[in-house]
Amino acid sequence: MLITPPRPLLHRLGRHAAARVASLAPFLSRLPPVPLAPLQPILNRLLHHILQRRPELANRLGDRIDSLFMIDATNLPMVLLLRINPAQPLLMAAHRHHCPEADAKVTGELLMLMDMVDGRLDGDALFFNRELAISGDTEAVVCLRNALDDLEGSILDDIADFFGMPGRHALKIMRRYRTTDVEVD
Amino acid sequence: MTGPELVCPAGTPASLRTAVDAGADAVYCGFRNATNARNFSGLNFTTDELKTSVAYAHDQGTRVLLALNTFPPGGKFDLWRKAIDDGVALGVDAMIVADIGVANHIKQHYPDQRLHLSVQAGAPSVEAIKFYCEEFGIKRVVLPRILTIPEITALQQEIDCEIECFIFGNHGLMAEGRCSLTNYATGLSTNMDGVCSPADRVKYEEDTARNLTTRLGDFTIDCFTCDQSPGYPTICKGRYAAAPQPDGYYAFEEPLSLNLARLLPDLIAAGVNAFKIEGRQRSRAYIKSVVSAWRKAIDDTLAGRQPAVDHLLSLTEGHKQTEGAYASKRWK
Repeated sequence: MLITPPRPLLHRLGRHAAARVASLAPFLSRLPPVPLAPLQPILNRLLHHILQRRPELANRLGDRIDSLFMIDATNLPMVLLLRINPAQPLLMAAHRHHCPEADAKVTGELLMLMDMVDGRLDGDALFFNRELAISGDTEAVVCLRNALDDLEGSILDDIADFFGMPGRHALKIMRRYRTTDVEVD
Repeated sequence: MTGPELVCPAGTPASLRTAVDAGADAVYCGFRNATNARNFSGLNFTTDELKTSVAYAHDQGTRVLLALNTFPPGGKFDLWRKAIDDGVALGVDAMIVADIGVANHIKQHYPDQRLHLSVQAGAPSVEAIKFYCEEFGIKRVVLPRILTIPEITALQQEIDCEIECFIFGNHGLMAEGRCSLTNYATGLSTNMDGVCSPADRVKYEEDTARNLTTRLGDFTIDCFTCDQSPGYPTICKGRYAAAPQPDGYYAFEEPLSLNLARLLPDLIAAGVNAFKIEGRQRSRAYIKSVVSAWRKAIDDTLAGRQPAVDHLLSLTEGHKQTEGAYASKRWK
């Protein structure tokens, strides 16, 4: 039997990128509560934009189409609530400790969640490494994971496109953190 | 030099394309229903998705194997009949079957359709394999993971069909095709409904100290401290407290993954025709990493170089690897 210690995926970030990401985390988590109301119209339009571009996203959710997901990027000062049902879509920012109850919750660091959504990191491996936590309705989370994983190309590109040139530039910078350092392939 | 076929999992069309692009010789997949043993939420293929996927694979010279490897309950055969008809119409290269009724139906109605015997059939002996070959025209057997390499070598010399072996991935319970643990815990059957630990019965609960408890139905499967690596929420990989070991122990087996990289030369010498990677439930990121690594490992082995896939350990359940019964019957 071969046994070697696991190397958590985020530790695969190169030394410089890891240091840059780590330096951001305390700053982001100590931000004062962000006024979220101004974000809401943008989030509404963003979800509408995504669902128009990706109608197939709903296909794999089956009877979990109405599920409300909480996406908790731990190094952001807020959480996101997401419902994908095109008839009643919802994308809402909420304060972590003052938000409606969701059917299922997905928790992890922002860049890691982005890489998972982008099809570059494996959710099961992140779960085995304790870098990704899920709670609530497991079936809803599994359906969402499979729905996102089956998308052609990158949904992050769709999000960046929504914000135009600044969005694409920001995504390019964020990807630089990982594409130069992460060794997932 | 032509070597064994690399057979890779595909749970979605995106995973299938990823496996094909990463160097799979064949991919195996199933429909979105109980006709296959990975009938998981949001996974698998509609008929239309499989049609475009077969076309993509064939354009790249990759074969598509359709898993029809569950056991139809009485009175419900129509679902399997339709899956067989659709698979034939879509031009899949082989069907992977476990049930004798399914195998017989295909033989009777589509005698030219190539058949593989699923690991779910649990056929480890010359006599059992010959029966399937003679009665149903089976062309390849996927061996249960209970045989040593010398046993495979001896078997290969006495049977008239190809041999496929698992070489990487989740390491299942030894009595494959006979497991009723999920059925006992949830009322659903791995073998007839295609669901091992159905997600709607699985609960994860993490406390403020990051201790993680996993449950299936009414059963607590395991509890992990914050520095421990959890496995899949299956009864067979759980830790249970019992009078002799009140702190809990793995009553069936540990969460660990099969990795036969070191044994590839021996498996090739034993006459194994195809190497199979487990994991239709995994993401396309996993598929890309694992398939490309094993493509290289097989090519390296055929070229006389030492294969290296230990870097995949962080992707595996339990972060432990085993060579299982292939190396020794005393494996644990």
